[in-house]
Amino acid sequence: MEKFTVLNGVVVPLDRANVDTDQIIPKQYLASIKRTGFAQGLFAEWRKDPQFVLNQSRYKGGTILLGRKNFGCGSSREHAPWALMEYGFHCMIAPSFADIFFTNSFKNGFLPVVLTESEVDRLFHECNAFPGFRLVVDLESQTVASTNQSFSMRFEIDPFRKYCLLNGLDEIGLTLRHAQKISEFEARRKAQHPWYF
Amino acid sequence: MFTVYDNDEMADQPWLMRTYSGHSTATKSNELYRTNLAKGQTGLSIAFDLPTQTGYDPDHPLARGVTAKDVVLAIIGRIGTAGGTGCAIEFAGSTIRSFSMEGRMTVCNMAIEAGARAGMVAVDEVTIEYLKGRKFAPKGAEWDHAVAYWRTLKTDPGAKFDREVTLDAREIKPHVTWGTSPEMVVSVDDTVPDPDKEKDSLRREGMERALQYMGLKPRTPITDIRIDKVFIGSCTNSRIEDLRAAASVVKGRRVASNVKLALVVPGSGLVKEQAEREGLDRVFRDAGFEWREPGCSMCLGMNPDRLSAGERCASTSNRNFEGRQGPGGRTHLVSPVMAAAAAIAGHFVDIRRWS
Repeated sequence: MEKFTVLNGVVVPLDRANVDTDQIIPKQYLASIKRTGFAQGLFAEWRKDPQFVLNQSRYKGGTILLGRKNFGCGSSREHAPWALMEYGFHCMIAPSFADIFFTNSFKNGFLPVVLTESEVDRLFHECNAFPGFRLVVDLESQTVASTNQSFSMRFEIDPFRKYCLLNGLDEIGLTLRHAQKISEFEARRKAQHPWYF
Repeated sequence: MFTVYDNDEMADQPWLMRTYSGHSTATKSNELYRTNLAKGQTGLSIAFDLPTQTGYDPDHPLARGVTAKDVVLAIIGRIGTAGGTGCAIEFAGSTIRSFSMEGRMTVCNMAIEAGARAGMVAVDEVTIEYLKGRKFAPKGAEWDHAVAYWRTLKTDPGAKFDREVTLDAREIKPHVTWGTSPEMVVSVDDTVPDPDKEKDSLRREGMERALQYMGLKPRTPITDIRIDKVFIGSCTNSRIEDLRAAASVVKGRRVASNVKLALVVPGSGLVKEQAEREGLDRVFRDAGFEWREPGCSMCLGMNPDRLSAGERCASTSNRNFEGRQGPGGRTHLVSPVMAAAAAIAGHFVDIRRWS
């Protein structure tokens, strides 16, 4: 997994609430068994509209997606963060996320940032007002700031998840450091609940 | 399942889980949640209490027209698709208790559509009876041990939930979704809502976009909505009980001429065999339905079973997002009896008035 430290990038505003994973990546793009090749499926239906944000030149090369509440609801497909990342996004800012999408994001090195509704509103206004609007997302200091530091917003993040992102640590490797404990647990469980095995 | 535990016994498991919404139906995954709760995990539950539905007949729970699907759609309509975010939802109360395992699975399956990681109903005699003698159920002394253990998997008396919501089951009618999210749902005797009456601007825009996508006008009676296709299937509603209920509605009748395709897709090979032993396949075929092999089919349209742009479907599945059943397709989520009745009538009907 790649490390996430500081990201300075163009912000792409997606002004819709309850964006579900069937929109993020429609199922016809899920056929691959690899983790690549999903960028073309990202928001595939909506991208047919020339006015859709991803088709507007002012947001070209954007790496930070700005959204509304409950982003990523619906089907649990992990392809959703994969597609966003492959398209070029590394971070997403919204007032709230659907749980499964939120968790899948961390597991893939994609940072979901939760800010308040009013902070998110302000960022949408800034985006609309200034073509090429950028933000600096600093994970270490847990801040989202304008490039000239005219404002800075703090966000919360679980310390363990932060540690993993900052160090690019994969959960499987982390877990295997407890291999001894795991096998002890499994032996004990087998004795206690033999019907599972 | 994202809590990092300080309890050694559980420390290794949760870290490895990739959450998958379909797991909500899987016995083993539910078992894991229950185990964690039993071991003292707190703060991850919402409880629903459903008082007894008047006149509810537990011997024929689906014949009265209001089903487990309507109950869970009503819950999602109340708390929204983010209502259970970060939680496992425990469904409780006498109505839930009166449901068969099949009905409970329908409710728990759609806990995901309420934003939760899992849904659960505490172990009781219905659970134990359901498991007894099943292919992978423990046998002999192991069975007794397992049952004794399973009976401990209940919420403690006086447990504190993050949120408790109580619905009066007597007020729950057959439900139909009108929009592009499971929370966009109304009773069958209601009308398509009017976005102009919504004060929250973001919500209003969402409603307007959904109505445009769905090709619906505000204030249209739900029973005036005509359909093109019908899908009875999916992990939400394709168990034997669902098929029996749907078959009882269509028996001796014919699918309406405006319905281009009506599919019945059993939930598993076992369900298909059982249904065929009971002659349900004949009932469906005689009525003009296609009887298919088990699979996901038109729930998400990854195979050729899908909606064409603009087509409208009465579907027993769990998701009505844009394009879910095919690009441009329009999905209305309903119970199996409501889907069956819609197939015969060619439009939505109030199953409570079905003769």
